Amino acid sequence: MRIIEDMVCPFCGCLCDDVILTIENDMIIAADNCCTVGNAKFLGKKRLKSPIIKKDGVWEQTGYDEAIQYTVDTLLDADRPLMFGWSGTHGEAQCIGIHMNELIGGVIDSTTSVCHGPSILAIQEVGHPGCTLGQVKNRADLIIYWGCNPVEGHPRHMSRYTVYADGYFLQNSFKERKVIVVDVRETETAGIADEFVRVKPGGDFAVISALRAIIRGKGDIIPESVAGVSREQLVRVAELCKTCKFGALFFGLGLTMVKGKYKNISNAIELVDELNRHTKFTLTPMRGHWNVYGSNEVFTWMTGYPYAVDFCRGVAFYNPGETSAIDILARKECDACLVVASDPGAHFPRACVEHMKDIPTIVIDPFQTLTTTVADLQIPVAVTGIDAEGTAYRMDGIPLKVKKALDSNYPSDTEILSKMYEKMLEVQWQ
Amino acid sequence: MSELLIKNGYVIDPLNDIHGEIMDIAVRDGRIVESVGNAADIIDAHGMLTLPGGIDSHTHICGTKVNFGRYMSPEDMRAGRTTRKGDMHATSGFSVPTTYGNSYRYSRMGYTTLLEGAMAPMEARHTHEEFQYTPLQDCMANTLFDGNWQALEAIGNGDIKRLAGVLAWYLTASKGFAVKLTNPGGTEAWGFGNDVSCINDKIEHFNVSPREIITGMIEANEMLNLPHSVHLHCNNLGKPGNYLCTLDTYNSIPDLNEKRQSLYSTHVQFHSYGGTSWHDFCSKAEDIARSVNNKPQIVIDSGQVMFGKTTTMTADGPMEFNLYRLYHNKWSNHDVELETGSGIIPVLYRRKNLVNAVMWAIGLELALLVDSPWQCILATDNPNGAPFVKYPEVMALLMSKKYRDAEFATVDPATESRVSLPALDRELDWEEIAIATRAAQAKALGLVDYGKGHLGIGADADIAIYPIDVSSTDPTTDYETIINGFSTTDYTIKLGHVVSRKGTCSIDNSNRTFWVRPRVPDNYDMNHDPAFIDCFNKYYSMRMANYPVQEEYAVRNICIETEATL
Repeated sequence: MRIIEDMVCPFCGCLCDDVILTIENDMIIAADNCCTVGNAKFLGKKRLKSPIIKKDGVWEQTGYDEAIQYTVDTLLDADRPLMFGWSGTHGEAQCIGIHMNELIGGVIDSTTSVCHGPSILAIQEVGHPGCTLGQVKNRADLIIYWGCNPVEGHPRHMSRYTVYADGYFLQNSFKERKVIVVDVRETETAGIADEFVRVKPGGDFAVISALRAIIRGKGDIIPESVAGVSREQLVRVAELCKTCKFGALFFGLGLTMVKGKYKNISNAIELVDELNRHTKFTLTPMRGHWNVYGSNEVFTWMTGYPYAVDFCRGVAFYNPGETSAIDILARKECDACLVVASDPGAHFPRACVEHMKDIPTIVIDPFQTLTTTVADLQIPVAVTGIDAEGTAYRMDGIPLKVKKALDSNYPSDTEILSKMYEKMLEVQWQ
Repeated sequence: MSELLIKNGYVIDPLNDIHGEIMDIAVRDGRIVESVGNAADIIDAHGMLTLPGGIDSHTHICGTKVNFGRYMSPEDMRAGRTTRKGDMHATSGFSVPTTYGNSYRYSRMGYTTLLEGAMAPMEARHTHEEFQYTPLQDCMANTLFDGNWQALEAIGNGDIKRLAGVLAWYLTASKGFAVKLTNPGGTEAWGFGNDVSCINDKIEHFNVSPREIITGMIEANEMLNLPHSVHLHCNNLGKPGNYLCTLDTYNSIPDLNEKRQSLYSTHVQFHSYGGTSWHDFCSKAEDIARSVNNKPQIVIDSGQVMFGKTTTMTADGPMEFNLYRLYHNKWSNHDVELETGSGIIPVLYRRKNLVNAVMWAIGLELALLVDSPWQCILATDNPNGAPFVKYPEVMALLMSKKYRDAEFATVDPATESRVSLPALDRELDWEEIAIATRAAQAKALGLVDYGKGHLGIGADADIAIYPIDVSSTDPTTDYETIINGFSTTDYTIKLGHVVSRKGTCSIDNSNRTFWVRPRVPDNYDMNHDPAFIDCFNKYYSMRMANYPVQEEYAVRNICIETEATL
């Protein structure tokens, strides 16, 4: 039996790096300090044994070399290839993905376009007053969770970085901190809030605007109630925000993927901007996949844009809504699809998934997913954080090396993609 | 073995007292040698100005805030796009290009070595990742210490040896090259939305002043025997009247090193402002230059502003927020726990804006009024004053009074009463330009002994061959020739390989990362210091074991090991 400390959890954007793994007979038998979702990933066992290919509607086992060749041929043959996913793999593999996509003139997109894509559009419009999570832990006396439910989605967020975390500038962190939760329903997180603000669905933009008005001294124009929130509560919340020493606003898909979308986020950013004229305030998107933020970082230094990049004209071209995965699929433009480390089959609109079924779709993923059911080929790989290693970026931009605990016979995403890229380059030079 | 002979170049190599001679340069296996065999590849540099590879000793090209500048600015990405072609990858960006964009564009200008001006140690892995994708230059990064809690605590306790131990640990952990202070004390105060006004304010809680931080760091830096000095972004950047703060800072700088300066003061244009508000804003470059001329322990870079659109980015979070409140454009801020801050906003410097025109003039005045080009390095604090692609224009302005006058005629006429530029007749010569763009950088960074900034035997074969015929070019009048000539080399050679030929770059993969590892006695080794470890475990959001940048992030690297004198 062997114990490995300080391991990084490859599940969510918290990237907890204090996990203790117990290994016995080349198996992880325990993952201490981990939340239940992280635990499930570390202890997951249902991995594919070898690549599988669908022939006449029936899955058959195939070899890695054949699978790589099939993928290269398919992508080179395509007029409008799409390379989607990336949030569940390490940065080194994402870099190779960008080079491959540049070579074949395809579209490359990450899960960002279906989660915090609107947040990025807002940031591109009005900027982003943020900070690292330790800054919140050490200083914040006011925490706001808006449209997110960390108790279930990011289970250790509150204990590591916010509500329950000990901080340098707080004597008794838990008692001194106020917590505001804004949501359309009373989530478990709402249960620990000092102030739960229940907004009618679709009313977030109006509530943010009302808070901005109050903070700018225009509270007298606010009606009795805004999107189901009473004026009294709005005034109370605004006062909490203005008088705290350090406020931190975290938001999730309950703000990005509802009515108003990116306008909600730019309004929230401008609220934080306004509050910085009174006190210190920051804002952080609750990123989902463990390395979705890393995909944005890598895409940006390699291509100039954080997601939805189209290389069909040789230059990097970016226009989410046109060059994002869902749009390429919904318009049925895409004629071959490579999915790496994500599960669009579970999350994309039905029409898009149906189109994936009609075109050659290849999945690189350690596990069978819903996307497997519409794919023609799946290549199993090592799991970063278990039997592969590489760089990931936490939701606040902190880069961490995700280490491996075991050796296995599975190739990593980097190894598989490198082989594909080398073969593509050979074809190009011929 | 690969051999190369560059024949008949017009060579200026200030560090080796070569002041413009027609000569050959022999290269073997990436180094400059006495001679090579008959089979060597030949480059005919007849009629071409041949210099050591350019060095930028203060630029922002890689890392968290640079990438955020790209991320938040698709409009800037659209403004500079190229396609994949030959060995060259596609690039995007004008003021904050992608890593390949930076690398290719610097290379075509003959630059072979770059220093990233500001790296938060906690985010160092990011900077090193981007260095790997900056293939045509050797890179290194300043590690930020302006708000480092463990350092502030040691200074507060007056324990400079412990401070040296803290610096050594972080420099090693971040694979950094030098100690950087950005608005020392101010970035920690910004953690609660405050700032410091100059170098004598005590910052809350830590009870130390910026003056104590600066002088303590200089002392500790010299105890560690580091190649570079402390690299300082002064307090009060961008505020009218800040020249007094800058002078006060300079007056407290000791002279502790015989080989180089004790302080590198960066982007000094932004710190040379007179007046009490934007209404009476004026140049104080003469006062600053006089101070520098009297203090061999200080080297500055000019931080030249050039007109047009760019992006400002700095660890100086409070300064960016102030700037944002002037511009009302878009603002990003990113404070880093226990360490530093940062901010980004896009800006447009306008000729017809009086303040902007005065800023433009101040940068030029500094370069013309500081007597020795070894003490005033040419830089724009890329991209803060202007994108680095403007360097050739800056060189032309410094070499030609005629060009300066022509430009001056296009700016806000009220500028004349606020600056001394029109009265300055000095025109830099070829050698002074060679010093201010490579030799002075190598000396200031302490990299001459590591083969940088010169063409002596054993030096790195980093060479820039410009299509400028010195014998037939009068730089005081032919400024277009100067701009074009310095914009695109005929050959840029990196470690003996041609990496750019008339602007077309090729794969090289010999780029290296320079970093320092100071060795300290065991009692100052923070790896075993209970208080240091305790602070880490309690207040960082990352485990100490996961903090240091692993070897694989600096694949090809030059580690400069020093022995501390503690």
